[in-house]
Amino acid sequence: MKQLRILALAVVVAAASAFTLKTVNPGYKVGDIATDFRLKNVNDKMVSLKDYKDAKGFIVVFTCNHCPYAKAYEDRIIALDKKFSKLGYPVIAINPNNPAKQPEDAFDRMKTRAKEKKFTFPYLFDEGQRIYPQYGATKTPHVYILKKTAKGNQVQYIGAIDDNHEDEKAVKEKYVENAVNALLAGKDVPVKETKAIGCTIKV
Amino acid sequence: MKKILVVCMALGALACQKKEPAVDADPVATDPTPTKVYSKDGVSVNSYDFKAFEPLLHKNNDTTYVVNFWATWCAPCIAELPHFEKLNRDYKDKKVKVILASLDFSKQVESNLLPFIKNKNLQSKVVHLGDPDANAWIEKVDSTWSGAIPATVIYNKTKRNFYEQSFTYEQLQQELAQFQ
Repeated sequence: MKQLRILALAVVVAAASAFTLKTVNPGYKVGDIATDFRLKNVNDKMVSLKDYKDAKGFIVVFTCNHCPYAKAYEDRIIALDKKFSKLGYPVIAINPNNPAKQPEDAFDRMKTRAKEKKFTFPYLFDEGQRIYPQYGATKTPHVYILKKTAKGNQVQYIGAIDDNHEDEKAVKEKYVENAVNALLAGKDVPVKETKAIGCTIKV
Repeated sequence: MKKILVVCMALGALACQKKEPAVDADPVATDPTPTKVYSKDGVSVNSYDFKAFEPLLHKNNDTTYVVNFWATWCAPCIAELPHFEKLNRDYKDKKVKVILASLDFSKQVESNLLPFIKNKNLQSKVVHLGDPDANAWIEKVDSTWSGAIPATVIYNKTKRNFYEQSFTYEQLQQELAQFQ
């Protein structure tokens, strides 16, 4: 009987979540304070934003191994870190995917990829997929630029890295670079939100 | 000059009148001009930038269009593709038309997309949307679209819905029922 009740409850919950799936927490908007996290890096050490005492902010990139869009941007993400880490805006990459659904995004494969590409930034695993929904990331790659403020890490930009995933040379608007440059100059971010095609996060 | 204009307008009106019934009979006939055509091994696909592609999202006739945004590299897209193929087959006589809008990278159309169309023997209409400046057009497909694929638009001349999700065949049928 008890089992039946649990089953009934499970059905109700499943049905309810099926209907609310679309209206579930849409994540952060520009101006919101972003949560910190404690996630495992490819070097097996735990990483939190609060560890970065000297940072002025962060370029948080939800990305992964398997997605062709993420791959197309790997070198550009490395370049962003090389350029902005020393200026106080390091890249923090987070893989939000469930490896049971996408084996290529398993933790050991992340380690391999980070080594192959010589990632200069932490590449964290969102174990249990708890962080990406709070941010509201829907795809890879998906960037959140955060600025350290008295209230916490405030979201300054959400979206794409630039306006051409296929051809870096044809890029006209470097959204992330422009945003961080503006923040470093103490100015308002010119373009605060952009959209790009990407791979759905595998749940 | 004025005369020419009048003649042109008359011709234009005539052309419109003549075209109108053909729209329903064969929507393909009114396809926009592609920005590029890729061909290989007897398969070809029209490639569009968004401006050229956009009319495919706003056809005004008696057909209901199911426009699915996908790519050969997108696993959940490939998983649901047979449902769209089945829908196109089963609803052929019910004025429903499936358009598979591939977002494959332009440099991979010949190496990936064309062989895929051939190997899977896709029967639905496949077009390639090769416009890298996605931020400029994603909201024109739907203001709520985050850019993740698969995504689908179902529309006819009176109704339009957008779905950022994967479909089963039954779900597709259910959604389509609202349009008929």
